[in-house]
Amino acid sequence: MANATLQSAAAPRLRPLGRDLIGLALIALAGLSGYWLFPDNLAFLTRVISVALLVLSLDLVVGYCGIASLGQAALYGAGAYAAGIACINGITDPILLILIGAVAGAVTGLFTGAVMLRAHGLPQLVLSIALVQLLHEAANKASWLTGGSDGLSGMAPAPLFGVFEFDLWGRSAYLFGLCLLLVVFAVLSLIVRSPFGMVCRGLKEDPLRISALGIYAFPVLLKMFVISGAVAGTGGALAAIATQVVGLDSVSFELSANALVMLVLGGIGHLYGALIGTVIFMALEHTVAAINPFHWMTLVGAVLIAIVLFAPRGLSGTLDQIAALLTRRGGRAGR
Amino acid sequence: MTTLFEVSRLSKEFGGLKVSRDISLSMAEGERLALIGPNGAGKTTFVNLVTGRLRPDAGQVRLAGEDVTALGAVQRVRRGLVRTFQVTRLFPDMTPEEHVIMTVLQRHGKATRILARFHGDSAASDEAAEILATLGLTEVARRKVATIAYGQQRLLEIAIALAQRPKVLLLDEPAAGVPSADTPRIEEALARLPASLAVLMIEHDMDLVFRFAKRVVVLAAGELIFEGPPADVARDPLVREAYLGSYAHAGSQA
Ligand SMILES: Nc1ncnc2c1ncn2[C@@H]1O[C@H](COP(=O)(O)OP(=O)(O)OP(=O)(O)O)[C@@H](O)[C@H]1O
Ligand SMILES: [Mg+2]
Repeated sequence: MANATLQSAAAPRLRPLGRDLIGLALIALAGLSGYWLFPDNLAFLTRVISVALLVLSLDLVVGYCGIASLGQAALYGAGAYAAGIACINGITDPILLILIGAVAGAVTGLFTGAVMLRAHGLPQLVLSIALVQLLHEAANKASWLTGGSDGLSGMAPAPLFGVFEFDLWGRSAYLFGLCLLLVVFAVLSLIVRSPFGMVCRGLKEDPLRISALGIYAFPVLLKMFVISGAVAGTGGALAAIATQVVGLDSVSFELSANALVMLVLGGIGHLYGALIGTVIFMALEHTVAAINPFHWMTLVGAVLIAIVLFAPRGLSGTLDQIAALLTRRGGRAGR
Repeated sequence: MTTLFEVSRLSKEFGGLKVSRDISLSMAEGERLALIGPNGAGKTTFVNLVTGRLRPDAGQVRLAGEDVTALGAVQRVRRGLVRTFQVTRLFPDMTPEEHVIMTVLQRHGKATRILARFHGDSAASDEAAEILATLGLTEVARRKVATIAYGQQRLLEIAIALAQRPKVLLLDEPAAGVPSADTPRIEEALARLPASLAVLMIEHDMDLVFRFAKRVVVLAAGELIFEGPPADVARDPLVREAYLGSYAHAGSQA
């Protein structure tokens, strides 16, 4: 009897790891089927991956720490420009470029975090907007470095591992991006279930409770900003390598706001919600904008309203509910 | 016995309303003290001031000989000054086990590790399991807090406090909101608190106060108006006056 309760109690602990592996397998599967199904759209699919990294990074801050941000593209753009500038200046190894992007994003995350964490609530949101606008303006003004409004171009990244060229078809870029996404997703899955990740969840719920446990909030949140910056910077660097241009839109308020929309669409506080939201938003944008470029935002608006009204926890939250219902039913049948 | 915890001349105003007036109080190691007073007397505010959640306008808080008045809430907790909340403050989506493990990890300085599994620290898990067992929470240890009974949530508040290994524990109405059928379990948990711990309990139920404390202080309108053994409280004219109307019920019970 005691044995039985122990076992059933231990079961939920094993589940997350198994679920992670299944999740990674699903992402790989979806990514590879995209590769085979849409061989002519690989450039677009690569962009989806790079934006997915941005949305994942936003989820870390918004979904796991409860900090609203409309300036996440600052971290993404920092990674994109850093990788782009490095590439033009002779550092052409793609992996090194990704690392440079990640570090640039992390450093930017450190600074934006240090500024944003001074405030709470609405002022914090306004700060995030101010920061991305500032960086946007800086990138615009420093045209000698960034190409200004013409964008940064002329990058020629070296072949991946000296073998796979970043060619016109974008095969290498896409598969490289997919691998990056898998690695990032695996690492983040571990991070959100570390003691650190649990404290973040607690901070989102009740910061006062966390401080009453004797834990300082500020360094924890700042660390999350750095991690988030590294992820966003990775996404930016991937975009820079894949498209070989970096434009001002990569540090824009608009991209930041779209990232938040994608996150809400997919469901905040779930890593895979960020992915679902990105894929659906960008697929909609891609197809509907092709048919009617003027009305696609109307459609997205309608979809968003429907989601907020009927699935307030986003698509992933609703999927979770369905899964919970199914497993409960399954469990009952099993007994 | 030596004085472990000492508050002197603590004062606080909220926009002209004097919520704490010159409160002085000290506790010895292992002492059990009850703080009572009518609603709105400033009891919770006193706890907030002492634990560093609020800054006092004047006065001093000393813990184990050290002046901690200038320290923040986190530093005071780390020095062993721990509180519970009048209304539970728990994380609804986490399990009791997770609450206690997080607390134990904090004490071990591992609460914010990134490169570790939360459930992978067997020392912390074992200690958490032990504490939860002491409080009879093993059955619900792995259920989300949102789904367990309020009485169990109150016990969990105590479990968390215990996991912090405090020197001084301030319990803000530990049985508040608990159905009377469940109060014996809370009382039992309180009776089993480590003997060396200094405990200040805010409580309205005079029966509980009688069984728990050797000494009682009464706070009314921000001022300490009585200090002495529980048996004398009800006879004190000042206390009777303070409770009259606002809390006549407790007076008659005592
Ligand atoms: N942050 C605050 N700002 C302004 N007024 C406050 C604040 N906190 C408490 N008060 C006021 O101070 C007074 C004392 O409140 P407190 O919560 O300390 O009382 P209490 O003795 O704990 O009461 P109860 O028995 O209801 O818990 C009340 O009049 C309350 O409205
Ligand atoms: Mg109170």
